Amino acid sequence: MTAMREAFGKALAELGEKNKDIVVLDADLASSTKTTYFAAQFPERFFQVGIAEQNMIGIAAGLASCGKIPFAASFAVFVTKRPADQVAISIAYPGLNVKIVGAYTGLFNGSTGASHMAVEDISIMRAIPGIIVIDPADAEEMTQAVSAIAEFNGPVYIRETRDEWPEIFNSAYKFKIGKAATVRDGTDAAIIASGVMTSESVKAADILKKEKISVRVVNMSTIKPIDKDMIISCAQETGAIVTAENHNIYGGLGSAVAETIVENFPVPMERIGIKDTLGEAGSNSELLEKYEMGSRFIAEAVKKVIRRKK
Amino acid sequence: MNDFDRTCKKACKNGGKILINCDKKLIEEKSKKIRCDILSMVKNAQVGHIGGSFSVTDILAAMYFGILNIDPANPDWQDRDRLILSKGHGATALYSVLAERGFFPVEELMSFAKLGSKLQVHPDKRKVPGVEASTGALGQGLSIGIGMALAARLDAKEYHTFVILGDGEIQEGQVWEAAMFAAHYKLGNLTAILDYNNVQLMGYVSEIMEVAPIREKWISFGWNTIEINGHDHGQIINASEKAKKIKNKPTIIIAKTIKGKGVSFMENTCEWHGKVPCKEEYENAIKVLSD
Repeated sequence: MTAMREAFGKALAELGEKNKDIVVLDADLASSTKTTYFAAQFPERFFQVGIAEQNMIGIAAGLASCGKIPFAASFAVFVTKRPADQVAISIAYPGLNVKIVGAYTGLFNGSTGASHMAVEDISIMRAIPGIIVIDPADAEEMTQAVSAIAEFNGPVYIRETRDEWPEIFNSAYKFKIGKAATVRDGTDAAIIASGVMTSESVKAADILKKEKISVRVVNMSTIKPIDKDMIISCAQETGAIVTAENHNIYGGLGSAVAETIVENFPVPMERIGIKDTLGEAGSNSELLEKYEMGSRFIAEAVKKVIRRKK
Repeated sequence: MNDFDRTCKKACKNGGKILINCDKKLIEEKSKKIRCDILSMVKNAQVGHIGGSFSVTDILAAMYFGILNIDPANPDWQDRDRLILSKGHGATALYSVLAERGFFPVEELMSFAKLGSKLQVHPDKRKVPGVEASTGALGQGLSIGIGMALAARLDAKEYHTFVILGDGEIQEGQVWEAAMFAAHYKLGNLTAILDYNNVQLMGYVSEIMEVAPIREKWISFGWNTIEINGHDHGQIINASEKAKKIKNKPTIIIAKTIKGKGVSFMENTCEWHGKVPCKEEYENAIKVLSD
């Protein structure tokens, strides 16, 4: 297992070798976001801005308007909530080619606590017109996504998590912005998940299999633009949907999926995620239990949603 | 095409190395024309910011007709000097100077703030040739300018980046994050110009939230400072030339200005920050400016 942040840091450094336009900005958290690999190899293209995220976002905008491809990385709370206006007006409004990287997303970040746990970063970024939002599931997907967003010309927000999580994908997988992937086939219901919750969802599918319940697991790593076709086919083919996200259930993946099914093919739906509360310090396994987000809660939600099917 | 345009064209074709001989009389005339355009745009659209546009008019005229190495026929020319109007509510002045300089037809000015127009109430970089940054949310322009200055350094380009700040605007914390950064990175290719008119939307800057002592603040942040009369074209040009020669630190030109400059009843009052003139006020103002 490789932590997603390690995969991000190494992929970025590798990309820096191939593409000299890539520049990296840090607000004094490089050792946590892992932009340190890039900094060590390309110090002239690494800009330490100090603890000043609004300035970092603006500088990234200026660099992008001169043809650079800036990756501006910090903790998700500090790079989305605090400079939301700078992201909207300096970057998204003119459609500049900046990649915003938010680390320590959701609850599972090694005992940091509410101030450092991003529970609303996706909803903030999703609401700003013109920004792509990506929440990769594992190290392999992160590695491929870093390369894909560097090739894509436009603003992107990408999430990374701190710790090691089970692997979902191998090198046979091909990540594409805006394309979801089915990681388990099934017919009774579909779990649509993103980020580290995809691996919890696979565990839930294993639990349900023992009870002869066949559940599909879809990894919806691009949350904006959402893969509507995949969501609609899940609704049509299984008739019940559960979403699982490491984020507030308001405004994130669950909301995006709900919007799509209500407008296109309404079916019963349940949401697993952070229930409109801030986080707290604790181990990942303790938090998965306390905030009712672990695999057994996902499995329960699947059984509940199947009962709601007519 | 007048003589000035021909000179500019030649300068640009030669890679911009020839310093444009500035014609003070022309800059004088352009400033008058810009102020009349601003009045007409705001009158026509029934929206806009006359006071702050008038205070920055002479600075913009001097920069676009005396300092900036730009090519209106090729607004994306990579080696061009950059100017960001961070105080985006001065958009009418910027639009007029860009049109007068040939970035788009002067006739388009009257579409200002109309539905579908590229001339928004605050500048939109995607829509208007010559606009370097989308501004209007105050406090963001200096950071963007830093990004441009860093890009110049990375690419070993000689262009200079100018950022025009409002005095009320420097109440925003981001400006001071940027001030710290530019000095730390010794950005000699970056110059800020402060439009110091001491009036903001609700009243005098010194009463709303004092920003003085300005010069001491910027010196303590590691900047080179130059104080000038922001309505004297010669002083604006000389200060900009001096700023470009300082290579080891950024410069701020503190330009003392008058909000509403040019029309006595609009001068030095917050009333004209966002007021639209009635027919009589408009005609009186145009008459004063045309004399």
